[in-house]
Amino acid sequence: MLRFFAPFIAPVVGALFVLALGCAFFSHRDPTALQPADKYHREPNEVHYSFEGPLGRYDRQQLQRGFQVYKEVCSACHSMRLVAFRDLEEIGFTKPEVKAIAKNWATETPSINPDTGEPATRKPIPSDFIPGPYANETAARAANNNALPPDMSLLAKAREGGPAYIESLVTGYEDVPASLKKEFPDFQVPTGLHFNPYFANLNIAMPPPLTSDGQVTYSDGTVATRKQMATDVSAFLMWAAEPKLENRHRTGIAVVLYLLIATGLVFAAYRNIWAGKKH
Amino acid sequence: MSFPWAEHYAPKNPFMRWMDEKLPLPRLVYNAVGAGYPVPRNLNYFWNFGVLAGAALVIQILTGVILAMHYAANGLVAFDSVEHIMRDVNSGWLIRYAHMNGASFFFIVVYLHIFRGLYYGSYKAPREMVWLLGVVIFLLMMATAFMGYVLPWGQMSYWGAQVITGFFSAIPVVGEPVRQWLLGGFAPDNAALNRFFSLHYLLPFVIAAVIVLHIWSLHIPGSNNPTGVEVKGPQDTLPFHPYYTAKDGFGLGVFLICYSLLLFFAPNALGHPDNYIAANPLSTPAHIVPEWYFWPFYAILRAFTFDFLWVPAKLWGVVAMFSAIALLFFLPWIDRSPIRSARYRPMYRIAFWVLVADVLLLGFIGKSPAVEPYVRIGQFAAAYYFAHFLIIIPLIAWAEKPLPLPNSITESVLGEGSDDAALGHPAA
Repeated sequence: MLRFFAPFIAPVVGALFVLALGCAFFSHRDPTALQPADKYHREPNEVHYSFEGPLGRYDRQQLQRGFQVYKEVCSACHSMRLVAFRDLEEIGFTKPEVKAIAKNWATETPSINPDTGEPATRKPIPSDFIPGPYANETAARAANNNALPPDMSLLAKAREGGPAYIESLVTGYEDVPASLKKEFPDFQVPTGLHFNPYFANLNIAMPPPLTSDGQVTYSDGTVATRKQMATDVSAFLMWAAEPKLENRHRTGIAVVLYLLIATGLVFAAYRNIWAGKKH
Repeated sequence: MSFPWAEHYAPKNPFMRWMDEKLPLPRLVYNAVGAGYPVPRNLNYFWNFGVLAGAALVIQILTGVILAMHYAANGLVAFDSVEHIMRDVNSGWLIRYAHMNGASFFFIVVYLHIFRGLYYGSYKAPREMVWLLGVVIFLLMMATAFMGYVLPWGQMSYWGAQVITGFFSAIPVVGEPVRQWLLGGFAPDNAALNRFFSLHYLLPFVIAAVIVLHIWSLHIPGSNNPTGVEVKGPQDTLPFHPYYTAKDGFGLGVFLICYSLLLFFAPNALGHPDNYIAANPLSTPAHIVPEWYFWPFYAILRAFTFDFLWVPAKLWGVVAMFSAIALLFFLPWIDRSPIRSARYRPMYRIAFWVLVADVLLLGFIGKSPAVEPYVRIGQFAAAYYFAHFLIIIPLIAWAEKPLPLPNSITESVLGEGSDDAALGHPAA
């Protein structure tokens, strides 16, 4: 009896799944209306960085300029809690320079009063992580219209498009295009938000951070156009997110070269061992 | 447990002879992966992937043990401890990226290994047990990889854990209590993270143990081969060492080159950017997607949107997703065709390549957001997946007229009328 039915078990189970999916396939769908973001969201600009490609390295001058933009513009709202002042030596600052940067940082490091044990703050030292502008998330939201400025330590790796996305976003603010208004008459940028086609839903809480050329004054003589500042700060953020990129590229070249030679030798050994053996 | 003409272990060195009397471990190795294991002479490069999967497991265990020395399985610090590894531990970035991409490469080689088994009928008698144990390894790998992905405690870690453990809540009546019991709370939290870490450390050793059984059961009938014709005599085989150790050595080199290219030059290419954002139970990502190796199964899960036969769509999805893997356990008995290799099965060969395309399509759908037209395409592709294994394979086995098989492996290598001398054996 079972022997007779056995060959039909699989097809019957299969038919059950196929029918369930067939019903789902033909079931009714509510048509979804085209959203403004479906049409007006833009992919990041093409930006070229020195660290791209297998031989890519960071441009120390650019990272220092980017750090300056972070320090003078971004750090007013965005923390960078995973980067320590000591790490800045990697982008070409000397030990005394790092010490001075830490000491003169706009916010202080949380501490306790050594005499009373009361909460207190003190001047940062190079071994400290960079202190953020706000004491906690509540304070950050209170100061920013209930939006939370994301921590910037990993931002360049935590967004689709990476540094090019950041570059595009900070320079991408514009007025709502007339065609969009015409096509979606109901579209309104909510109060306190800003139109930016590079942002996923087109409305971003961050006000335009780079408002004019020359907003920072570069000490190396580079002209601080908005584009230049955006490229520099996005490169700096890539370094902040991936500080070991150069070690990785260097090690990678050596490892791959070694493996190519070793694999060539093993291939020769393999052919040698199999010589005369048809297979 | 081998062919009668297998070479015998005869240690010449006095120490090795002494060792052989006390603990014949070298003998075991010799018979398992040494000259004592005769292997069909006609294996192609697709037979490299078993060894490569073993190598991937070793890489994962070595890098994983080191990572565990620096990682902290606590919801408050887990994310930062991974960044500590990336930034401040000596070569920590290398170990962590090696582990992260090692998981992907483990799945790449295992998928190729599975599809090789499907193409050449390696799951058929007398190798059913090898196949069953292989499916067990695959399930253990999926569990291990899922729990490993939770450990960095990023946004995708957290929400992936939320979605996957949510499967259990689809079980009628007891589902929700079971889910809470498994998680140790109402949502993923410290309790879940800790037990996932514990199990993520345990399961690879269970996998290693099942691999031992997998190889043991393989050595009883011996390896399958591209013709699917069984070994008939000594002229059909070569000793594993040095022939296949050399060939696998070359395969391993190619594998390591591909792995290194990804690891050193695009280590985040297969990851999701959201996992560089610390877990936040109050903010759901726009699209929750698992790691790439789960995409086809995720597509099957999401394809069920209709309460067919009054069973909730969610339950259908979960049952179907598990069935998509569980049906592999029954494959040796579903496919009743006595011919193993697709080389001699014209209809099955076509069905195989359609299945490959279907699984790739399911993968693409699993990655895409759940909007039209992806949902409908996914429903079609998922239906085809089940139809392939449960309907098309039995039908082909019944209807197909196989091509003539070669009389032996040797004949397929040399053509008809071959003899031993032509194979390069010295005339004995």
